[in-house]
Amino acid sequence: MAYSDKVIDHYEHPRNVGSLDKEDGNVGTGLVGAPACGDVMKLQIKVSADGIIEDAKFKTFGCGSAIASSSLVTEWVKGKTLDEAGQIKNTDIAQELALPPVKIHCSVLAEDAIKAAIADYKRKAGKDDSAAAE
Amino acid sequence: MTALGLKTNPTSAPHTARRADVPVYLDYQSTTPCDPRVVEAMLPWFTEKFGNPHSRNHQYGWEAEEAVELARAQVAAIIGADAKEIIFTSGATESNNLAIRGVAMFLKDRRNHIVTVSTEHKCVLDTCRHLEQEGFSVTYLPVAHNGLIDLAELEAAITDKTAIVSVMGVNNEIGVIQPLAEIGALCRAKGAYFHSDCAQAVGKIPLDVNAMNIDLMSISGHKIYGPKGIGALYIRRRPRVRLVPMIHGGGQERGMRSGTLATPLCVGLGLACALSQAEMATESKRLLGLRTRLLGGLQQRLPEIYVNGDMDHRVPGNLNISFAFVEGEGLMMGVKGLAVSSGSACTSASLEPSYVLRALGLNAEMAHTSLRFGFGRFSTDEDISYAIDHIVTAVEHLRSLSPLWEMHQEGIDVSSVQWAEH
Repeated sequence: MAYSDKVIDHYEHPRNVGSLDKEDGNVGTGLVGAPACGDVMKLQIKVSADGIIEDAKFKTFGCGSAIASSSLVTEWVKGKTLDEAGQIKNTDIAQELALPPVKIHCSVLAEDAIKAAIADYKRKAGKDDSAAAE
Repeated sequence: MTALGLKTNPTSAPHTARRADVPVYLDYQSTTPCDPRVVEAMLPWFTEKFGNPHSRNHQYGWEAEEAVELARAQVAAIIGADAKEIIFTSGATESNNLAIRGVAMFLKDRRNHIVTVSTEHKCVLDTCRHLEQEGFSVTYLPVAHNGLIDLAELEAAITDKTAIVSVMGVNNEIGVIQPLAEIGALCRAKGAYFHSDCAQAVGKIPLDVNAMNIDLMSISGHKIYGPKGIGALYIRRRPRVRLVPMIHGGGQERGMRSGTLATPLCVGLGLACALSQAEMATESKRLLGLRTRLLGGLQQRLPEIYVNGDMDHRVPGNLNISFAFVEGEGLMMGVKGLAVSSGSACTSASLEPSYVLRALGLNAEMAHTSLRFGFGRFSTDEDISYAIDHIVTAVEHLRSLSPLWEMHQEGIDVSSVQWAEH
């Protein structure tokens, strides 16, 4: 299968590879997927005092499309508020990377990873949605 | 000149012209380039010697028939058979279909059971599935972690209702060699026909249908540097194996496979067999050297890599390796200078990894990290050196991106983590 130029670019030059300290209270970590399914994404965000995502890092086990999807979302979430980052849709990722239908699940996983990282941050900061609702 | 009237020179297999703009080809189990000597031998049979080998009335037919019969003898010779026991087909898929379905259908009133193995090629498994729908029962034998069947399990599986036992000679994904002589002896003792899909075995290991008690054997042209679109089926005459044909028509190939023979393809398959037979011993030694260097080179530079399938009972031109914590399709993208296959099925519509690797007891995670390397007649030392450097670079890059590798480095057992399957 031929990959799009954008997928190849992210695969060969992945942005924001690495890890943040998961014990840091300002860091939210999302770990989604399963090795048995051939995809695991770890996405971490570091959130500033005024609620802006100031840094993001990823590591991904998976095919080129999975690596590209997670690399792309680290670029997208930086500088966004948590709410803005939570609005990122898998369809936006798939469209940007021109993913073929069999690779849509990679973009779904990347969206899940953002949501999981945000949820982890909120839980740690004691600001998760359920607590806020009370 | 050999007894079959061939010029062969085992030490001077010509090299195909190396193309600078394509990856190094390490997928010889998928297909092989046609040997230039084979192509050369085929050419006259397309043009000036175009006769129908079944035409009995003129020289065009006679010379084509003679060429086809020489090819038949060459195919027979590499497996220790008689030329009368070889029929030409379109390839090993057709041969496997005809052997299993043909024998099953012939015996269906007396015997309704088939024994095969879970790691067989899809064309064997799918043929068996269809026969199940038509009332046959099929036993799919498991394999051990090394990919080999347990002879005691085979013996227990064969009953007086077993029409045919089908076990491949060499596996296409992991290159392991099944104990054909022992299987043949068991089948003969129990009165079941023994069919072996030897598409990956012919020309790679010595085969003798009589010593091994093989009753039917499938052969492929394009796996042994012959043309695509032709294969053969060996069908034993003493004691005679009978089968119901699948293709009806003019009664060619002793009524078992109608249709005009493709003279150039038959000539190509015949010469491909003769060349492989003449060069097998030296070629095996050379390929074993390449394999040893490839595996050693990778093991020296990369931790946590695992060979899939038995290393002793294996053809020299195959390696199948799991690169733990690196997903196979991602790895294939990283080694784009190499043409290889992955056991990860992310490339196909299903997301299931290789059923062969799963049958070895590999978990899905390890099956997803595997690559198959196949090398052969035109592989060189330089190809292997290039492959080692290329693979090491790609695996190290991908491990630096892998959350699983990071967890492993931190001492976390990845298999103990509760993953959300998706």
